[in-house]
Amino acid sequence: MEKVCKMFQIISQKKITEDIFSLWIEVGDMVKDIRPGQFVSVYCGDGSRLLPRPISICEVAKATKAIRLVYRVVGEGTKELSMMKAEEEVKMILPLGNGYTLKEDKAILIAGGIGIPPMLQLAKELKKVEKTVVLGFKDSQTFLLNEFSFIPKTKVIIATEDGSVGIKGNVLDAIREEGVEGDVIYSCGPTPMLRAVKAYAQEKGIEAQISLEERMACGIGACLACVCQSKEVDHHSNVHNKRVCKDGPVFNAQEVEL
Amino acid sequence: MNMKVNLAGVEFKNPVMEASGTFGSGAEYGEFVDLNKLGAVVTKGVANVPWPGNPTPRIAETASGMLNAIGLQNPGIDLFTKRDIPFLKQYDTKIIVNVCGKSTEDYLEVVERLGDEPVDMLEINISCPNVKEGGIAFGQDPKAVEAITKAVKKVAKQPVIMKLSPNVTDITEMARAAEAGGADVLSLINTLTGMKIDIYKQDFALANKTGGLSGPAIKPIAVRMVYQVANTVKIPIIGMGGIQSGEDAIEFMLAGASAVAVGTANFNNPYATMDVIAGMEAYMKRMGVTDINELIGKVK
Repeated sequence: MEKVCKMFQIISQKKITEDIFSLWIEVGDMVKDIRPGQFVSVYCGDGSRLLPRPISICEVAKATKAIRLVYRVVGEGTKELSMMKAEEEVKMILPLGNGYTLKEDKAILIAGGIGIPPMLQLAKELKKVEKTVVLGFKDSQTFLLNEFSFIPKTKVIIATEDGSVGIKGNVLDAIREEGVEGDVIYSCGPTPMLRAVKAYAQEKGIEAQISLEERMACGIGACLACVCQSKEVDHHSNVHNKRVCKDGPVFNAQEVEL
Repeated sequence: MNMKVNLAGVEFKNPVMEASGTFGSGAEYGEFVDLNKLGAVVTKGVANVPWPGNPTPRIAETASGMLNAIGLQNPGIDLFTKRDIPFLKQYDTKIIVNVCGKSTEDYLEVVERLGDEPVDMLEINISCPNVKEGGIAFGQDPKAVEAITKAVKKVAKQPVIMKLSPNVTDITEMARAAEAGGADVLSLINTLTGMKIDIYKQDFALANKTGGLSGPAIKPIAVRMVYQVANTVKIPIIGMGGIQSGEDAIEFMLAGASAVAVGTANFNNPYATMDVIAGMEAYMKRMGVTDINELIGKVK
C-alpha cells in the first residue's frame, strides 16, 4: 500500500506508566490496509532533531479511522511527542514495514517491554485462533494487560523479572513453567529475548515470526542504516543483509542471524 | 525562468540532485517524489563486488545533524547494471553513478564496466570516512588525488566528478590536484568525521566508533569550502552539505556551486528535493532572476 508522509491530528494522549504513553492519531482511510506489526515514523517538531522515530502500531480503530501508538519516552524526541495534546498535529510517515503474516494455527504471542504494543492489534486480528499471549515486564509497571484480557480465545501469561506480578523470570521461563503450546510464534521484544524465542521455536520445530528493532534514518529502505544479518544472500542487497525497515521489521526467525 | 545548468557538456534540467548514499538508486524515494523532476539522480556508491558494509548501529542523531557509518554497503556492479540502471532509465533525468573502491584497480574495473552503460556522469568517491581501505585513503593526499583522477580519466567514457573530503587541512589543494588530474567536475563536501558517545551505556553510539557528520550542522563549513574551491579551480562544482531548502541551495550557488545535492534532508522530509527546487524558483521570482546561471559564484 502507498506510504504517506504528512501532518496528522492527535485525538488523545495518555500517560499509562511512568514513562509509557498511549497516543491515538487520526489517519483516515489508511486504517483499512494497516497490518499488525507495521510501524510509523514520527518526525520531531524541533528542527534540530532530523530523524523520524520509528514506533510500532499498537492498535487500529476502523470506526474512528485512527491508530494507536504506545511508546516509551527514551530521549528528547519521544519526550517532545509525549507532551503533545489532542487536536495538535504531528508529522508521520506510514505505514512502514511488512507486518506479521497471520496463520490459522494455534498461536503463541511472545513480547517483552516496549515490544508488547504491536501484539495487541495482532491478537485482535487473530480472533478466530486459539492463542496464548506471554508478556514480559521488568517489574510491576505493567501496561495493556487489561486490554489483552478482553480478546476472545486468549490466555494471558505474565512474567516479571522481579517476580512482582505473575511468574518470576523471563517469557521463556513462563512458557516452560506453564507448559504453553502452539504451532506458530509471533514475537517482538529485545534481541536477547528474540534469540531465546528463535532457539525455542527451533527446538519445538515450529515457525517463529520475530519483529526486529534497529536504529533507522530514512525508514523506507533507501539509506541502509537499519540492516540485520540474513542467513542467505538477500536478493536486494546482494549480501547477507536485510533492511529492517523495508524487508522487515518482521522476519521468519530462521532467515536472520541474531 | 531558466533553471538549466550545464556541467562538463551535460545539460541538467535544473541544478538539483540528491547526494549519493541518501537515496539508494531512487526506487524508494520514487514513491514520494517524481524522479523526472530531478536534475539528476546520484546513485549510492557501487563497487566492483558486493560490499556488506559496517556492523550496526550505523547511525546516530546529533544536534542538527547525524552521524553515519554505513560502510558503503552495495550490491556490486553486476546486479547494479542489471537492476538499478534500467530502473533509472525509465525516467527523464540524468544518471550519475557514484563509484567506490578499495584500490585503484577496483575503481577502474567499475569505471570500465560503466563505459557502455547509459550513464551520464561518474562520481568518484575518494572521500568516504567510514571504510578503512580505499575511499578516503585516496582523498587526503594531493598526489594520490591526482593519480587516481588521472587513472580514472584514462578509462572513463563519461565525464568524471571527483567527490572531495572536508577532512583535510586545505581542501583547495585537493581540488587543484583533481583538476590537474583531469577531473571534469568536483563534488563537495562529503561528511566530516565525528563521534558520539552514549553516556549511559558508556559506549560508542556507532559500532564503527566514528562516522560521517552530515545535515544542517555542517552547512557553513560546506559553503565556505565551496567558496574557497570555486575561487581556486576553473571546473564546475556540485555543492552539498546540509541543504534543506531552496534558500540553502541558493547560498551554495552564490558561493560558487553550479549545481547542488540534497542529502540528509531526505530523511527529515522525503519531499526535500522537490521543496528545494520549488524554493529556488520562488527565490528567483522574488529576486527577479531569470537565469539560475547568473547566480553561480556571484558573491565574491
